Amino acid sequence: MAGAAAHADHGHHDHKPGFVKRWLFSTNHKDIGTLYLIFAIIAGIIGGFLSVMMRWELAEPGIQIFHGLASMVYGVEGDAAIDAGKHMYNVFTTGHGLIMIFFMVMPALIGGFANWMVPIMIGAPDMAFPRMNNISFWLLPPAFILLLLSMFVEGPPGAMGVGGGWTIYPPLSTSGQPGPAMDLAILSLHIAGASSILGAINFITTIFNMRAPGMTLFKMPLFAWSVLVTAFLLLLSLPVLAGAITMLLTDRNFGTAFFDPQGGGDPILFQHLFWFFGHPEVYILILPAFGIISHIVSTFSKKPVFGYMGMAVAMVAIGAVGFVVWAHHMYTTGMSLASQRYFVFATMVIAVPTGVKIFSWIATMWGGSLTFKAPMVWAIAFIFLFTLGGVTGVQLANAGLDRAMHDTYYVVAHFHYVLSMGAVFAIFAAWYYWFPKITGYMYNEPIAHLHFWITFIGVNLIFFPQHFLGLAGMPRRYIDYPDAYAGWNLVSSYGSYLAAVGVLVFLVGVVEAFVKKRVAGDNPWGEGADTLEWQLSSPPPYHQWEQLPRIR
Amino acid sequence: MTELPASSPTDRTERQKRNANLRVAAGCVAFFGSMVGMAYAAVPLYQLFCQVTGFGGTPMLASQAPANVLEQTIKVRFDANVNGVPWEFAPKVREVEVKLGETMQIDYFARNIAQRVAAGTATFNVTPATAGAYFNKMQCFCFTDTALKPGETIDMPVVFFVDPAILDDPEASRIKTITLSYTFFPTDAENAAGPQAALTTPVEPSAATQTHTTQDGRS
Repeated sequence: MAGAAAHADHGHHDHKPGFVKRWLFSTNHKDIGTLYLIFAIIAGIIGGFLSVMMRWELAEPGIQIFHGLASMVYGVEGDAAIDAGKHMYNVFTTGHGLIMIFFMVMPALIGGFANWMVPIMIGAPDMAFPRMNNISFWLLPPAFILLLLSMFVEGPPGAMGVGGGWTIYPPLSTSGQPGPAMDLAILSLHIAGASSILGAINFITTIFNMRAPGMTLFKMPLFAWSVLVTAFLLLLSLPVLAGAITMLLTDRNFGTAFFDPQGGGDPILFQHLFWFFGHPEVYILILPAFGIISHIVSTFSKKPVFGYMGMAVAMVAIGAVGFVVWAHHMYTTGMSLASQRYFVFATMVIAVPTGVKIFSWIATMWGGSLTFKAPMVWAIAFIFLFTLGGVTGVQLANAGLDRAMHDTYYVVAHFHYVLSMGAVFAIFAAWYYWFPKITGYMYNEPIAHLHFWITFIGVNLIFFPQHFLGLAGMPRRYIDYPDAYAGWNLVSSYGSYLAAVGVLVFLVGVVEAFVKKRVAGDNPWGEGADTLEWQLSSPPPYHQWEQLPRIR
Repeated sequence: MTELPASSPTDRTERQKRNANLRVAAGCVAFFGSMVGMAYAAVPLYQLFCQVTGFGGTPMLASQAPANVLEQTIKVRFDANVNGVPWEFAPKVREVEVKLGETMQIDYFARNIAQRVAAGTATFNVTPATAGAYFNKMQCFCFTDTALKPGETIDMPVVFFVDPAILDDPEASRIKTITLSYTFFPTDAENAAGPQAALTTPVEPSAATQTHTTQDGRS
């Protein structure tokens, strides 16, 4: 794609600042990207721990562990422990959702891989606003700490933490949980949102203004395209969330009545505002993954990606249509049939550009010279599992069917297939794809494959049975269930334990690569890897593209 | 921007680049600000939208009865709730059969069962929500503060009609029963016995009929 000028004397300019200056006051997009990736791994492990606890609890009917957990953590006994445990389960679901969305997937894909690779891919020396980039990252740890703290202060009277679900609907989040836990969680979202907004502004400016000479928008790699669209989605949707949760905050603390019918407000309004943010948010989580998968499929098929223009336009279309479908999360709130019809139709329209992408990936592989290195197996699994989640998504788009499925485990299975297997599989694909570039060391291929197969089997064991549970009517967000649901819940829990083992294998693989120090070389993937990052050394010089690459 | 001649990346000074970056960033910040504004604008717009369209079961407020009255009837049921007000609050009739377009008056009844002055204000809604656009109230006691002395009773009239246009709406034409529901919330719970109560002491049943002044109020 590009012929980069040789990077002549980088060794001379490549001296790095000392530890504190380099990592705490970092303005280097690669260092900040690394910090984001480390942060995402830590947050992912914490969020994953919460989910394994939930699955452990749900392995059998009745209450297994949470009363014990509550008495351990909060020091309550007897019946009070059971009540505290029930609430604690809700706190875990809430924490799991918020952590995985705001502190794992977004930092990994946008803060981590996009920070690392987008400037390099478009031939820019760094991000447009390096110091703002530093602020973006360092807002995240305080936000995360606030969210974790919220688990240890009072939420509803006599119980700890926020148990309202990641959607924090009023009135449960206002009059239902008067304690300071919800305020901490809201503040955490504010700060995480500010971080993402600053990041989005940085990406938009970088991609608009700092592309290398000759790199027009339609010569730009698809990952940069996906990040550009994502940044616009963030800029459009996050302010609405910020507004909505600020209204929640003033409703809670300053006597306003935005969502309080007593003062003339309407709780449904919160749902509209929330999902106006929330639906684009799920595309924010998956669009960078689309970009990554395009590169990996192309690299390991040794073919340019099929239908580049269609791929870029499809992402723009998904982003645009994603803003006018929000009420498909609200079919059961008493909307008129006419609005339901519209939202059913608009939601299904999104399947068209998504289908364009799926078929283009398959067409890229078609007739290609395929090698099944770890990034590629993750990418193929992504395509397969994301499509599965997409199919259940099209089903749930039907307002009529959603009447039966709403708030059941069918929905849980659906969004975990697109996120937990879509976005997360893309993160692991990107991890193995760019690990040699980022660290300079080659990962261990057998361990990477072991990690893949354990995770693949694990997550499918978790979530495929949840389709059956949902169809049978098992509702979300309960600590207990009737005995009839016992079988598949046990299978699902075993899957969860297996997936947790997969995380350990992942960590072992990382340590192994750093211990063995196998030198990866500038381009371990061969001719298929034709984006600009593969023309640099591995790891890339501390300051790259001092002489800008020229794109033909 | 980068469509400049490829040979001259250094022609643009650092300051020019900086300004270009700041322009994009300023545009983004302005955009961000306008979206926050939109989020807040959604609050009054949503209320206006509900009032104008009857969305979500918001009854319409009308000043004039419709000209045509049809023979077809519809059942209207009345529901009463209190949330924190020490009142006995109920409709005098549970349900009426009303002709489409016919103006009807019914009364709700409230009695303060506490040993103190207690004031309340009501919100209302109709179910099913799609009927909201056709349920017109000409007089009601919604959103007026009503204070009752211990043991005092009050009759609160509601004058309404169901718009015959309901038959032309494919989503609402098959509705056979509409439920009108009121909920009284306490106003100013702590100070209910204070100066505010004194102001409204001479409560008479007709006081409730002043409520059309609140038509500019909330939905």
